Amino acid sequence: MHSGNITIENITKIEGTAGVEVTVENDKVTNLKFIIKDYRRFYTEAVLGKPYVASPSFLSRICGTCSVAHLFASLEAIEKSQDIVLTEQTRLLRRVAYDGLMIRDHALHLYFFVLPDVLGIDSILDIPDDHDDSGHILLHDSFDIKKLGTDISDVIIGAAIHAPYPTVGGFLKTPDPAKFPALIERLEKIRPQVLRGIKTFFDYKQELFSDADFLCLRNGKSFDFIEGEITNSDGKAITESNFHDFLKSVVVPYSQSEGYVFSDQHDNYLVGALARLNFNKDLLNPRTKADVEQYLSIFPSKNVHHNNLAQAIEILQCVDDALDVLKTIKIVDEKPVKTPKKAGVGVGVVEAPRGTLYHMARVNDKGMIEDYDVIVPTSQNQINIEKDLRKYFGANLDKPENVLRVEAEKIIRAYDPCMSCATNFLKIDWIRK
Amino acid sequence: MDTAYVSTQPDKIKKLVVGWFSFTCSEDSTILFTELLNDHFAEWKTLVEFRHLKALKTNNSIENLDVAFIEGAISSEKQATEVTKIRNNSKYVVAIGACACNGLPSASRNMFVPENMSFKTKWYMEHFDYAAKVKKLEDVIKVDDKVDGCPMNAEAFKTALWKYLKLFKIIENA
Repeated sequence: MHSGNITIENITKIEGTAGVEVTVENDKVTNLKFIIKDYRRFYTEAVLGKPYVASPSFLSRICGTCSVAHLFASLEAIEKSQDIVLTEQTRLLRRVAYDGLMIRDHALHLYFFVLPDVLGIDSILDIPDDHDDSGHILLHDSFDIKKLGTDISDVIIGAAIHAPYPTVGGFLKTPDPAKFPALIERLEKIRPQVLRGIKTFFDYKQELFSDADFLCLRNGKSFDFIEGEITNSDGKAITESNFHDFLKSVVVPYSQSEGYVFSDQHDNYLVGALARLNFNKDLLNPRTKADVEQYLSIFPSKNVHHNNLAQAIEILQCVDDALDVLKTIKIVDEKPVKTPKKAGVGVGVVEAPRGTLYHMARVNDKGMIEDYDVIVPTSQNQINIEKDLRKYFGANLDKPENVLRVEAEKIIRAYDPCMSCATNFLKIDWIRK
Repeated sequence: MDTAYVSTQPDKIKKLVVGWFSFTCSEDSTILFTELLNDHFAEWKTLVEFRHLKALKTNNSIENLDVAFIEGAISSEKQATEVTKIRNNSKYVVAIGACACNGLPSASRNMFVPENMSFKTKWYMEHFDYAAKVKKLEDVIKVDDKVDGCPMNAEAFKTALWKYLKLFKIIENA
């Protein structure tokens, strides 16, 4: 290709709507835009003036697939603003609910969105109805895995999407422990299917090396999606409440989402399962670690396609973690922890399936929201996705356009972006791109 | 309802031609739809041709749909044009989820007081093609059925799907 434009109007098999525009002049990429097209819903403005107790449920509507991540980040922000200290039971139940989220969400991405790339077909709808076909086996594995993740959420928090039981300070309804043995049995039974998926995504050889830094939560004690400090590859650790100060928001004028750069010696960074495996593989559940040992030497990796393998390993991590919690937890009937309403600011940072998620709540002494900010993973990865695409197109313009389109979608899909999330923003100073 | 079925055309031939579309929303109903596939994939694949389903396939078309299932509210003239085109290519349209059925919560910005809006909200409203108000689906196109809920009520969706499978004589009552 000497000169011309390549446009992918709608990237498929991702959550939400985004496109890519590439301008080529004299065999060189002169412009490339990764465009997030979902319209904003301005929820961080809509939540102002609402009682804090109603806000987490409202803000879980930012996203359908990772609503539990938004719910828990928002609960954490508000609980910290009110100096509410959770019981150990609540912390453990949220942990296992989060395992359910990760199992379902990662399986959706890996099997429904990425597996067709692995099999060289358009869609899971094209997988043959042949019980011996490897694609058919993996697809049916995915039904079992996703359903288990959803059922964990149903038992612990009432639903996988916009869960009704969690509230500020604890739970509105205590989960029924009589339902745990059936989940434990299914978690044990699912492990060989999860391991088959891990091997599949290990054998899926794609390469694109990023020069980005990585960020994720790390707490030094366990592989944790909820508790920890934000860590980068230099070993710099930032408390959750200081995360905001290290980011600069970047206006991307053609995108409904702004991007972010990190105020550090690294120009850009990447969040997600790859970052978590790069930094926290030593903290994996011992049983997980033993069963995936042959794959772990890949990490740390700068190959963005390894985010798929990292997610597959995280499914097993969450299966084993949920087993540990459900086998040992003793449920007692607890009421949510309450403190007198007070003015305060709280920050909640969690690892959403696709990376670090930040919520900040400022509450007044009447318990009403005065200010609210959200930073989502896809906004943080947006600039990096664009850089990776530019690198890919720059090195492969000799390939047919249909190949370029397919490969570009694979790169974007590897990040597991979520455009519904990405159109929510943080109110800090902007840098014109 | 969704257990036994009898195909009126067992040698495939006719399937219900369906499109699934998302506009302004969290796509929670799309996610719930993918969850329903855990139990119904094989069954629905024999009865339904998913002609447009961007979440699951790259090769999509909106031509000659029997039923369009549309999730999300309408935020701009561009979206209104797009959804009108879908309506014109579909025999029936089913609004899916709260944002499509009644606008909320995506239409929360309709309650914003302009002088109180943040600088950044104003900037995005001015620099992209936002309509003055977010609209529910039937404010823009004719809607034949609604499946409410946030996310959609799964049983109501299956009932609606079954209704059109019968209407187009893809199945008979078992």
